[in-house]
Amino acid sequence: MTVATPPSRLVVEGLTVTAAGSGAAVIEDVSVEVAAGEVLGVVGESGSGKTTLGLAMVGHARRGLKIAAGAVRLDGTDLLSLPPAELRRLRGAAIAYVPQDPSSAINPSLRVGGMLKEVLTAHGWQGPEADARLEEVLSEVGLDPRQGILSVYPHQLSGGQQQRVAIAMAFACRPRLIVLDEPTTGLDVTTQRTVLETVARMCASYGVAAVYVSHDVVVVGELSKRVAVVYSGRVIETGATADVFGAPAHPYTQGLLRAVPSPERSGRLVGMEGVPPRPGQRPAGCGFAPRCPFVMQRCTAAMPELIPTDRAGQLARCVLVETGQARAAGAVAPASGQDLAEPAPSAAAPVLQVTGLDAFYGHRQVLSGIDLAVPPNTCVAIVGESGSGKTTLARCIAGLHTNWTGQVRYGGQPLTPGIRRRPKEVLRGIQYVFQNPYASLNPRRTVGGLVAQPVDTFAGRRRGRRDDQEILDALRSAALSVELVNRYPDQLSGGERQRVAIARTLVVSPTLLVCDEVTSSLDVSVQAAVVELLRRLQRQHGLAMIFITHNIALIRSIAQQVVVMHDGQVVESGTVADVLDRPRADYTRRLLDDVPKFSAAMTGASDA
Amino acid sequence: MTTLPPGPPPRGTTAPRVRRREWLHILTSAARTPRGMAGSGLTLLVVLLAVIGPFVSPYPPLQFVTTPGAPPTSKFPLGSDILGRDVLSRVLDGGWQLLLMATAAMLIGVVLGTAAGIAAAQLRGWRDGLIMRTVDVILAFPQLVFALLLVSILGPARWLLVVAVGISHVPQVARVIRAAALDVSERDFVKAVEITGVRQSKVMSGEILPNLLTPLTVEAGLRLTYSIVIMTGLSFIGFGLQPPAPNWGYMINENRIILTTNPWAVVAPAILIAVLTVGLNTFTDAIARVALGIERAEMVIAEAAAGSVTEIPA
Repeated sequence: MTVATPPSRLVVEGLTVTAAGSGAAVIEDVSVEVAAGEVLGVVGESGSGKTTLGLAMVGHARRGLKIAAGAVRLDGTDLLSLPPAELRRLRGAAIAYVPQDPSSAINPSLRVGGMLKEVLTAHGWQGPEADARLEEVLSEVGLDPRQGILSVYPHQLSGGQQQRVAIAMAFACRPRLIVLDEPTTGLDVTTQRTVLETVARMCASYGVAAVYVSHDVVVVGELSKRVAVVYSGRVIETGATADVFGAPAHPYTQGLLRAVPSPERSGRLVGMEGVPPRPGQRPAGCGFAPRCPFVMQRCTAAMPELIPTDRAGQLARCVLVETGQARAAGAVAPASGQDLAEPAPSAAAPVLQVTGLDAFYGHRQVLSGIDLAVPPNTCVAIVGESGSGKTTLARCIAGLHTNWTGQVRYGGQPLTPGIRRRPKEVLRGIQYVFQNPYASLNPRRTVGGLVAQPVDTFAGRRRGRRDDQEILDALRSAALSVELVNRYPDQLSGGERQRVAIARTLVVSPTLLVCDEVTSSLDVSVQAAVVELLRRLQRQHGLAMIFITHNIALIRSIAQQVVVMHDGQVVESGTVADVLDRPRADYTRRLLDDVPKFSAAMTGASDA
Repeated sequence: MTTLPPGPPPRGTTAPRVRRREWLHILTSAARTPRGMAGSGLTLLVVLLAVIGPFVSPYPPLQFVTTPGAPPTSKFPLGSDILGRDVLSRVLDGGWQLLLMATAAMLIGVVLGTAAGIAAAQLRGWRDGLIMRTVDVILAFPQLVFALLLVSILGPARWLLVVAVGISHVPQVARVIRAAALDVSERDFVKAVEITGVRQSKVMSGEILPNLLTPLTVEAGLRLTYSIVIMTGLSFIGFGLQPPAPNWGYMINENRIILTTNPWAVVAPAILIAVLTVGLNTFTDAIARVALGIERAEMVIAEAAAGSVTEIPA
């Protein structure tokens, strides 16, 4: 922030949201300002309170929560002290909110035209004026009103189109404040790009004060000029995006940035262990102290103040800033790490060879003519947007999807489609890690029981005679504390759950590990730790690995070879360096261009 | 039946031996809710009465002690029945057998129904069709009529009554459990085990069954209630437990003629059956709420961690 800051349109002061019952603070003493035409990025991991903060900024508290203190002033009017009827009149007209999941946010029984009309008429737009505005706002979000979109139901639209309709609804009455809560999560990169561009353009042209809430550091970096990093319900660092992300002062921000993968860089990701403390269980003093590598006694004594750093306009809430050690303590640059040693291309016969695989759902063909080879000791990444068939391919290999033709050879032997007729050796050799660790662990089994299960199955041992050491070793090698052995999955964090899922596959010494989007349901800091774990294990055990992801940025951190899939076909394949640096297929190039880029965010922040 | 998952903590660790018995936890916390307290209190009251009753009854239940249909006196607090036997003694003595038989019938129904439901859900295909169509055929008869049919064909032996009532529960239990098991069998953790080539029977007992705790607890309570209702109903129309041994259901039947002279001979057993039914229903309702609450809390945590937001401002 420089001297020429325009007067702030939105001023949030000392905003505090508490749980209605226990009084535990979910959001504590948050103060931010947003100028007209400006986008403020609010970054935080799950559990940080960012969504609650976003809602409180439009004067809403979710059931069970209440806004306990503070002020949200829009052009001088305090939204929180308005009577409910007054606030309702402002909502939709002067303040708008775009929620995360468009499919649940728009009424499935109303046509697009009717839905938008409803918003407009509710706020005094009439007749031809309303119709004109309706068409205008639709073309502004990139939907052509002449192509019959007005008479279409939401389910007939794609996810990206639905989100654009939701954005059109938010912008319809030319609001002065708009809060967007992760509107691009769940969209693939190409759609995400167009939605982000739309948002940026509309905020600038209408002079809207916008707040963009997201866990995605890169997207926020690209979209907003100023950011606030939220942790444990408080703003822990804020300032110009270039400063906060270029020279982070708070150890949490530093850690967050080190965990972000990049398509341009190959390097180890450095994760942060642990989860943000839950409301009501927050420690005295700094909320990040339990996870902080630089924690000292003062940190746990009292909450540090949000104080200026050595850069103008950048504030951080950390003891290190007070003592002037912030820059010295953390390596400021995002993960440089060592580059991965490229394993020598193996001449040995591939562990897995897929030739001409066609897969079907009923009569619909979802995969056609897939060829794929996984050499020993190599990680092959399969990348593609949602719906490209990459998960189906993995399920065919693992034997979960049976309706396919073609040939899949494992160690030279052809595999049958179903698991029932596969020999035990094959079942043991091919292990599968599921996407969502919240679904893939039996909630009624302990960690020890879960990891012991495959051992019992393949060794045929009876209970009571099992080798405990084997199980504890598997936990250790997945970087899990053996203390967790008697816990149930609901007592674990997402990262810990995924590690248990990984330990469960490693315990039977597989030759091929199939990882299906294993990090997509995890926070970026945890994602980094899990990817790093997989990379290390793959090297250590000489595993052949298939790593499926929609996040092309992750590939360099783990894989040596990559296969790009689109519409059920392989578009391009080769070594990571070849495909990412010199993409031949147009589709790959587009995919790479659409990935939000961190370096671009840093340099582009000043001129965007 | 509801054995907990075999997850014995490996030995030789410093980690504490935590073995959370979830069903016990659900039962105790349900019993602590106001609803659960009322339900379990009423149920226990009737059960205690039935258990202790035979030892404290003032007269032998089969002895003719006074004039038939006599109203209550200080000597016979609830009067006498149609044959001049003491109503109080017969009420105290006529419960335990009924409760025991109802529990046995419930167990038969829930065990068979659960096995059928899980198998249908997990095996799919023609086996699902076979199991569920069989169930549909039994379901075509009203439960009471079906039990009546079996008993009237094979005679009114006590074990037969239990089996007949138990089997008449199977279709209902199977339907409910199949629906719940279908949902569980599609979850990733079941696939994760199937993929290792584990036998179907082990998948069903080790993965699916423990996750059906909620519907199972509720079904068990519900079926116990129905067993009592059907058994007393059968007794009432003369097909259940045979006289002269006292039982609450038959007492209502035989004494309805003297309703005007000594209503207590009908009202007392009727009240006990009603209290037991209401108590059991209230308690299972409390269990259902607690169990659902637990699952919902798990879901909310999972959603929060997956970063999804569901709530939209008005």
